[in-house]
Amino acid sequence: MNIHSKLSDYGFNTLSVHAGAAPDPTTGARATPIYQTTSYVFDDTDHAASLFGLQSFGNIYTRIGNPTQAVLEERVAALEGGTAALAVASGHAAQMLTFQALMMPGDEFIAARQLYGGSVNQFGQAFKSFGWNVKWADARDPESFRRQLSSKTKAIFIESIANPGGIVIDIESIGAVAKEAGVPFIVDNTLATPYLIRPVEWGADIIIHSLTKFLGGHGNSIGGVIVDAGSFDWSRTKKYPMLSEPCPSYHGIKMHETFGDMAFAITCRVLGLRDLGPAISPFNAFLLLTGIETLPLRMQKHCENAKAVAQHLSRHAKVSWVSYANLPNDPCYGLAQTYCPKGAGAVFTFGVRGGYEAGVKLVNNVKLLSHLANVGDTRSLIIHPASTTHRQLSDEQKSAAGAGPEVVRVSIGIEDVSDIIADLDQALAA
Amino acid sequence: MPEYSDETIKSVLGSVKTVAIVGVSDKESRASHFVMKYMQGKGYRMIPINPQLAGQTLLGEKVYPDLKSIPEKVDMVDIFRNSEAAGVLSDEAIAIGAKVVWMQLGVVNDAAAARAEKAGLTVIMDRCPKMEYSRFSGEFGWVGRNSRIIDNRRKQLGAGRASLARDAIGRGKGTL
Repeated sequence: MNIHSKLSDYGFNTLSVHAGAAPDPTTGARATPIYQTTSYVFDDTDHAASLFGLQSFGNIYTRIGNPTQAVLEERVAALEGGTAALAVASGHAAQMLTFQALMMPGDEFIAARQLYGGSVNQFGQAFKSFGWNVKWADARDPESFRRQLSSKTKAIFIESIANPGGIVIDIESIGAVAKEAGVPFIVDNTLATPYLIRPVEWGADIIIHSLTKFLGGHGNSIGGVIVDAGSFDWSRTKKYPMLSEPCPSYHGIKMHETFGDMAFAITCRVLGLRDLGPAISPFNAFLLLTGIETLPLRMQKHCENAKAVAQHLSRHAKVSWVSYANLPNDPCYGLAQTYCPKGAGAVFTFGVRGGYEAGVKLVNNVKLLSHLANVGDTRSLIIHPASTTHRQLSDEQKSAAGAGPEVVRVSIGIEDVSDIIADLDQALAA
Repeated sequence: MPEYSDETIKSVLGSVKTVAIVGVSDKESRASHFVMKYMQGKGYRMIPINPQLAGQTLLGEKVYPDLKSIPEKVDMVDIFRNSEAAGVLSDEAIAIGAKVVWMQLGVVNDAAAARAEKAGLTVIMDRCPKMEYSRFSGEFGWVGRNSRIIDNRRKQLGAGRASLARDAIGRGKGTL
């Protein structure tokens, strides 16, 4: 276990409510205020110079940092057991800034094929224009990552609980490949949240979240976060010049030498965020922060409900299969017991008998579940990928992506589970 | 990484006033330079030690070639040198009557630490006083640092050393 996992004397529930927050110094306000401002005054030119030169910490401009955002960052860093965090406009922005700090044109990284579809597009299409090349591996086979290693590999990327089917990944084994190769191990922990899995404890060097999902949890704000585990030695080689070499836009400061075990989070902020600009709004930071206060309660309920719904569907005459890692006959059951004994999350897929037409009929007939393309909301959500998110793919591609004609994905909410089951039953019977 | 309680580190930062900073650079981009500047801003008297710069003035203070040349009382010696060099410097800190030896991030010398502790000094290794000060004063939170501190009272952000010294120590687990 990584030493950084023990970064607090407090329990997870306490950290969810309190970490990073304190009464407002000026007003005594107990809830974290929304600091809806673009800029902050300097005491004098010397103060301004020391802030711009990174010689003191302080607020300059909300594109680089904001006091409401800072509470959110410390909260997530504490929950993940990291040294520091940076909140940004979306999960996609978090990925962009992470790779921008690591990659130069012509470099490669290895990613699991089993990812959120938006990440597959970002890595496979958008990143091409930056000259960053993704090599795909199979998340169920750690050795497939080793086979993709080359002298240009700069990182390995996986999801802890992976899309689309909610499969649980052998994080530690893939992390061992990254460690041997001397590259940072990046884990997207969106579907698990630190309540279920803390990737730092399994060898992750960088943790990424879409805060939009279970962390925020209420389907009202887009946001993302990068957590620095503080575990990677950026100065061991010259492979990561943005971290190890003198920085021309900060008078020759070396980020790793100066900021030690939070160098990655600082680099993403003072270079990536400063120069590329995907800042989170203070209002979204406030809503996400409020959501996180109830994370443990919600995740417990999400997991309980999801397990009950999965069990019910696995016995349903109109359902041919259910892919949920917390069912004893699921191929991921063993990994789920190891990595997330508290529950296997709330996103899973199942197959309806009758194929494409039956899938369409189901999503058109539900009355409580919402038909939309998100996960991790208090509300139960449902989507038929073949007719929506994966519509543009060929039948073969759809099946390879786990989005065959009969596949339905659900994200189970925190309503009464009997109501969720009753709604699915009536829609399947319709 | 050696472990120190929050109370120990806070007690050091709240009690020392004059700090000799050994190995300080005159280059603005070096951590030693801006640690000195930062600590000055918080009300500490910083005395720079660097044989190459001896006799010059750095951030308003005269630079001395070594610890024993300092003509006044020093509370703490902050060491920006490698772990081996830190051994001799720690012994010199004992000789000049300092109360605290502080070795910077990455600097650890267990034998020297044992000698200093035996002589009654407090020793902190592999830490940065600027980072620790920022952690206790709440400034660290401004850059999303996991401070490991939960506090139910409002504090004066960016406050000087006097306020740190005034704070009651040992109000309970993790509080300031």
